[in-house]
Amino acid sequence: MAPILNISGLFKNYGATEILKDINVSIDKGDFLVLVGPSGCGKSTLLNCIAGLEPISGGTIRIGGQDMTHVSPKDRNIAMVFQSYALYPTMTVAKNITFGMQVRGVDKATQAAKLAEVAKQLQIEALLNRRPGQLSGGQRQRVAMGRALVRDPQLFLFDEPLSNLDAKLRVEMRTEIKRLHQDLGASMVYVTHDQIEAMTLATKIVVMKGGVIQQVGTPAEIYTRPANTFVADFMGSPAMNLIPARASGSRIEISRAGAAPLVLHDPRASLSGDILLGLRPEDISEAGTRTGDHVQTGEAQVDVVEPAGADTFVVAKLGGKAVTARLAADTRARAGQPLAFGFDLAKVSYFRPDTGERLN
Amino acid sequence: MQWLERHVPKLVLAPSFVAVLIFVYAFIGWTAWISFTRSRLMPNYEIVGTIQYERLAASPRWETAMTNLAIFGILFILVSMVLGLLLAIFLDQKIRTEGVLRTIYLYPMALSLIVTGTAWKWILNPGLGLESMVRGWGFETFAFDWLINPDKAIYTVVIAGVWQASGFVMALFLAGLRSVDAEIIKAAQVDGIPTHRIYSAIIIPSMAPIFLSAFIVLAHLAIKSFDLVVALTGGGPGYATDLPATYMYAMAFSRGDIGQAASSAMVMMGVVFAIVVPYLYSELRAKHD
Amino acid sequence: MTDISAPPRRPIGQTLLRWGLYAMLFLFAFYYLMPLFVMLTTSLKSLEEIRTGSLVALPREVTFDAWATAWSGACTGIQCEGLRPYFWNSMLMAVPAVALSALIGAMNGYVIAQWRFPGANLIFSLMLFGCFIPFQVVLLPMARTLGFLNIAGTIPGLIFVHVIYGIGFTTLFFRNYYVTIPQELVKAAKIDGAGFFRIFWSIFLPLSLPIIVVTVIWQFTQIWNDFLFGVSFSQAGTQPVTVALNNIVNSTTGVKEYNVDMAAAIIAALPTLLVYVVAGKYFIRGLTAGSVKG
Repeated sequence: MAPILNISGLFKNYGATEILKDINVSIDKGDFLVLVGPSGCGKSTLLNCIAGLEPISGGTIRIGGQDMTHVSPKDRNIAMVFQSYALYPTMTVAKNITFGMQVRGVDKATQAAKLAEVAKQLQIEALLNRRPGQLSGGQRQRVAMGRALVRDPQLFLFDEPLSNLDAKLRVEMRTEIKRLHQDLGASMVYVTHDQIEAMTLATKIVVMKGGVIQQVGTPAEIYTRPANTFVADFMGSPAMNLIPARASGSRIEISRAGAAPLVLHDPRASLSGDILLGLRPEDISEAGTRTGDHVQTGEAQVDVVEPAGADTFVVAKLGGKAVTARLAADTRARAGQPLAFGFDLAKVSYFRPDTGERLN
Repeated sequence: MQWLERHVPKLVLAPSFVAVLIFVYAFIGWTAWISFTRSRLMPNYEIVGTIQYERLAASPRWETAMTNLAIFGILFILVSMVLGLLLAIFLDQKIRTEGVLRTIYLYPMALSLIVTGTAWKWILNPGLGLESMVRGWGFETFAFDWLINPDKAIYTVVIAGVWQASGFVMALFLAGLRSVDAEIIKAAQVDGIPTHRIYSAIIIPSMAPIFLSAFIVLAHLAIKSFDLVVALTGGGPGYATDLPATYMYAMAFSRGDIGQAASSAMVMMGVVFAIVVPYLYSELRAKHD
Repeated sequence: MTDISAPPRRPIGQTLLRWGLYAMLFLFAFYYLMPLFVMLTTSLKSLEEIRTGSLVALPREVTFDAWATAWSGACTGIQCEGLRPYFWNSMLMAVPAVALSALIGAMNGYVIAQWRFPGANLIFSLMLFGCFIPFQVVLLPMARTLGFLNIAGTIPGLIFVHVIYGIGFTTLFFRNYYVTIPQELVKAAKIDGAGFFRIFWSIFLPLSLPIIVVTVIWQFTQIWNDFLFGVSFSQAGTQPVTVALNNIVNSTTGVKEYNVDMAAAIIAALPTLLVYVVAGKYFIRGLTAGSVKG
């Protein structure tokens, strides 16, 4: 079966500035693709290009197997939910949802039936006669989703739909969107700058920076095997520790302030020269609490201890950088005291310090 | 269809764009061209140089008009601004009848300058107006004949002009006073700074853009002033209250001297541009970032 | 509103200050109202009373003769039909000119704010610039153009002129209003399948009532009160009311009838005054928008 969305060799320029460079992505029916990156990385522009709201400068966009590169938005069989919801302010909720059908000349009976179905699904039946100005943020969000659902499109597009909600509501709606995706089996493209949203929702993530795709993969791949230091740093909170080190063969040496360098041995590695050693905070443990073939211990001076309820984050200085470890809540770590850490080299990533690219 | 769909916005804007190109820019060009010819009753397209501007410079009537513009412009702008600011500050003191007072101060702006001129012409009428009223009160020697005094008549235009426009300046300033960040004022009050110092040191300096706007609007009004002079003094006595605008009109439509009309109009535009262009430029640049 | 009145410390000085403040404010109110008051009372007096009485005295005997004369008998040169025909001229001129310029401005503003294309901002700047030129600079070529188009000295000619030179401001008003509406609205409507005009008609026009009111009031006041175009491009019979008023007041023949002049002035001012009283809020918004720019 043809992929539901296939973008190949897409370029987008504004005048002389390249906004998107050689974008290639493809997803299958039922996939939930999340485009994630810092603001200005081109992810929203890419979504607008998929929708046909922005012309592209090169490449092709195929939706449902058909070339849609030069087709106008209304004929791409898509629906889109916007960051500001973009509800028509003077129309009632019902009119907002049925406006598209009305424009397309769908008969009244069908409109009413579809409206009732969607309203029930999103539990907004009581709101149908209100205007957007009379709704709360969460209600507006639901109406915006309703407007998209009623189209029953091949592809749903979401442009940072949760960023205007408060933290609690955001988590709720995130779950709701995930449920909707599972229930409908629909194909979705979702833009966000929030890496937690990306991790929780996606079946496939595209990490972007400066108009260039940095990595494409499942959430697990992106998290455990980031393609470069940018992805490693951007995905995950707290971010992956990137510890400057010197390597020769399997021997890795990390400088410590006021003490002899910490030496680790990774038998699977064969490296040389300066490297960055990447370890997630949860892969640095208190010595003795975690066992495994590749856990190696070493001592470091603790700078700061930050209890966070379930975990305690401990910051120590290694290789001249602040390194964060996620330890148990009952850790014995005290600020100013040395502590023995366990480094799980089974989970380690190595990067070139100059280009940031992955080495292992 | 696709082509049409994509170009509809441009097609909608196109007629206005063409109209502006012709009726503003091409017309300015035409007037500029004529101002360099010997045109009299009919336009003559042969360029002969700056003869019309030399005639302007040599004309005592034009000199009076430009002097009047300077007197009227400076006084009109200054008095309107001071009065407007004063009224705005007064009204900003939690006045109970603010709404009514504001309405009263501002209504002249809704009137035609012809109506304003007619009203003030009657009030300043030496025989029957203010002068005779004050004399009727027992001040037999009171004299207020500015309207028919060639040296003073231009000041009557200032009086009527200020009456018309100062309420508007008040509205601008009042909006400006109200838009100053309330927290800054609270901070100043907590610091124990007296009210008049809060105004002079904090609020008024932060309203610089509004002063600029008010200045631009008033200057623009002053330079275009035509109706008021026509209705109030008819440019007289003699041509004592002529402004460039009335000079231009007289040359164009009663004297049949198109060359003079065109050159005087170009000078007016020069003056307007000298004031407005820097302002527009900064406005547009600020909007584009 | 910002509260910057000092705390109540010196009650007596404070009270005196308040009294002084109110006195000043009412003095100025008197200054602004005085001409209107004088116009009104003068228009209700007989000529005899005007000659003998004081400027600010109330009429001893109220008479509406001057109003009747001003409306239908005063001379504007050789004709003596009063202001009535010219009042209707102004209506016939202002209503279509306001409607047309507002419509064009709305479409222009919609394009410039919501359908940006390269060069749109330049076009907008060029139009904005047109608002600031002294109209003297276009009088001569416009007179010739109206002759060329065969509408010189006619009301359609005046409508044409007012529409042309009104577009700049109406576009500015609508553009500044529409630019505050998120671009996503147009995007959503495009995906819903609506086109340029449908989006304008179904989504933007219903949103526009406040700015339509502001624009209509602004344009009506401008066009009704205009004198320069009226006096330059009209002829006997097609003059707008401002020109006729000026002719009545400044006609040199016969006895000077000040009461008729004042009645005529009030009649000419009535429509815009009425608009101001009824919709003052929108009037002020237009004034500030037209000068400060949003």
